[in-house]
Amino acid sequence: MNMLSFPPPPAGMAMPELRTEVRDFLREQLGDDYGPEQRAQSWMGFDAEFSYQLGKKGWLGMTLPKEYGGHSRSALERYVVMEELLAAGAPVAAHWIADRQSAPLLLHYGSEEQRQTILPRIAAGKCFFCIGMSEPDSGSDLASIRTRALRVDGGFRVNGTKLWTTYAHHAHYMILFCRTDNSDDRHGGTSQLLVDLTTPGISINPIGDIAGEHHFNEVVLEDVFLPESALVGELGQGWKQVTGELAFERSGPDRFLSSFTLLTQLVGILSQAPSREAKRAVGRLVGHVMVLRHMSQSVAGMLDRSENPMLQATIVKDLGALVEQEIPDIARTLVVDTGSPNSTFAAVLARTLLAAPSFSLRGGTREILRSIIARGLGLR
Amino acid sequence: MSEMIFDTANRLFADHAKAAFAALPQRQVDGAVAWQSELWEAIEEFGFPLALLSEEEGGFGLESLEALPIIRLVGAHALPVPLAETMLANYLLAAAGLSLARGPAVVVTGVEIVSESTGWRLQGKVREVAWGRAAQTVVVLDDVGRIARIEQGWSIEEGHNLAAEARDTLHFDISLAAEMVATSPVRCEVFEAMGAVMRAQGLAGVLEETLKRCIDYSGERVQFGRPICAFQVIQQNLAELAGQVAAARAGADMAGAALSLVKTQPQNFILLAAAAKMRAGEAAGKAAWVAHQVHGAIGYTREFQLHPLTTRLWAWRDEFGNENYWAEILGETCLAGGAEDFWPLLADRVGGMQ
Repeated sequence: MNMLSFPPPPAGMAMPELRTEVRDFLREQLGDDYGPEQRAQSWMGFDAEFSYQLGKKGWLGMTLPKEYGGHSRSALERYVVMEELLAAGAPVAAHWIADRQSAPLLLHYGSEEQRQTILPRIAAGKCFFCIGMSEPDSGSDLASIRTRALRVDGGFRVNGTKLWTTYAHHAHYMILFCRTDNSDDRHGGTSQLLVDLTTPGISINPIGDIAGEHHFNEVVLEDVFLPESALVGELGQGWKQVTGELAFERSGPDRFLSSFTLLTQLVGILSQAPSREAKRAVGRLVGHVMVLRHMSQSVAGMLDRSENPMLQATIVKDLGALVEQEIPDIARTLVVDTGSPNSTFAAVLARTLLAAPSFSLRGGTREILRSIIARGLGLR
Repeated sequence: MSEMIFDTANRLFADHAKAAFAALPQRQVDGAVAWQSELWEAIEEFGFPLALLSEEEGGFGLESLEALPIIRLVGAHALPVPLAETMLANYLLAAAGLSLARGPAVVVTGVEIVSESTGWRLQGKVREVAWGRAAQTVVVLDDVGRIARIEQGWSIEEGHNLAAEARDTLHFDISLAAEMVATSPVRCEVFEAMGAVMRAQGLAGVLEETLKRCIDYSGERVQFGRPICAFQVIQQNLAELAGQVAAARAGADMAGAALSLVKTQPQNFILLAAAAKMRAGEAAGKAAWVAHQVHGAIGYTREFQLHPLTTRLWAWRDEFGNENYWAEILGETCLAGGAEDFWPLLADRVGGMQ
């Protein structure tokens, strides 16, 4: 059962000075103007200026080498900064995908030119990315994608449609997962391409989410020409690369802190006159969060030691989504204030509840995660 | 070192597991399983009751996370012995400067230690004492920070838990010489938390073994022409079980690593122990249902060796504080600090202990 073991998190993740520095920065940048209702957007809150200021502080591209505009800091320091940002509900969406998964992907697989031109801009908080994986007929079954890049003189001609593309309308680039070759192997013949979203032939159409907010998009690529230099990594190695990218997507503190603003609000309200029922309900959720945080930090440590905690990260994401989804369900039973006009709590609850279904969908559905775990257990 | 201890304990415990199962009374209502004296003698021979002590105190100088796998193995092999209790008793005795336990030992709270002309008087009744009938040493912690070590003078009312482990009521009304009482290294609420960590570790061991059995069985049992592990619904249930097992184990290790801080940061230790026991207790309940469902009617029989595991899951989640008990303590602390202190409490106070 080695896959189930979560070694102790590395020593020194307390980092009190760094945490104080981040908290001071957040107070100064966001202040009281950025209220609980906005903080409840968690990693969906978009503010390009905030991301730029974060870049100026040196808190983007933290682990990238200095030669690429990064700061050569440890993955654990980055973890601490991310965690502080999420716990405060800071608007991190603009840079989130670029910093979390696109930058590490380009550093690992990208060409020297891609690294030189893109990574410094990500670290500066000036360059945002979106994920080009899902398609209209390819959600959980990612290997069934149909978007195709045909080899043409000097590069590729791309046709296809990507769907549920979060913040494509604000992003500068997409890492496109597509077919580049015919292959008998379902996973073969796929590649990743770096797509400048201003390239002719790309249209980005908004899709409202359950709350009517515009995060999602449909990205249609019609005869889009991409130069040879757009290829990320090796031709035909897309599947391997994309699963590596998903490991970054599944392992961070964003996998247990999505509902944290609501939990903090709940603690604030219930602390006025704590009943035994309130103590028990809050204490139970807090116990879950404490254990999840411990597990998440353990995964961070394994990543830092270049181990492969793919299964542990999957388990954390599965368990994390359960607790993140339980928080609004339980909060509403403890504070009967759900319909009052101008109630901050009601607004935070509404936002969290409406975001909650996505917690067990994006980054791998619950069912897909569990089938990955089942494979790890040797059941399939 | 820790691997050697683990392998040694695993072999020893495996050797005795069959006898312990065979000794179970026919029916759950019949009482506790007979005391396994041969097993206990072997445990003492290997020095496991001293596993939490430093070398100067007579132990092996292990880190707590090196010693606690022994407790998980006791659970995994479903052995009816108060090893966790005796390890804690020795830890307290050594720290208080009293002589170590003779034989199986147990720590009790809720007994009054009052001074009288020639020394001390112990009075009170304690329920659900693990293997009280077999204990040769009892360590008493009172509410005001005193510790006493006794080897006789209590009376026993027998009882047992769902897993046929002895859980006896002990009655105390005895006089003690002055030198038998000392100042306790920890308050009794800190001891409760230490006990909770031991049970969380024990539950983690039972859970790991339960998962393993479910995986093995689902690969052997054929229905509809296929091993049942080929069905997605079974795979999904076992994946969920695996998540519960992983969380229980991680929580138990989180608090287990903090055992070394009981004297310097007792309040923070209590919070980690609370989270660990709450989480393990919740996992235990969920896991027992999945395990029985996967094993079907076969696992529901007295003959099949699943129930020593699942009855331990049910019994141990209630011992040393159930989920509500610890959730309330955690919630009280969080709500006392309000929204402002909430994240700093998690990140700086309890999160900064490693």
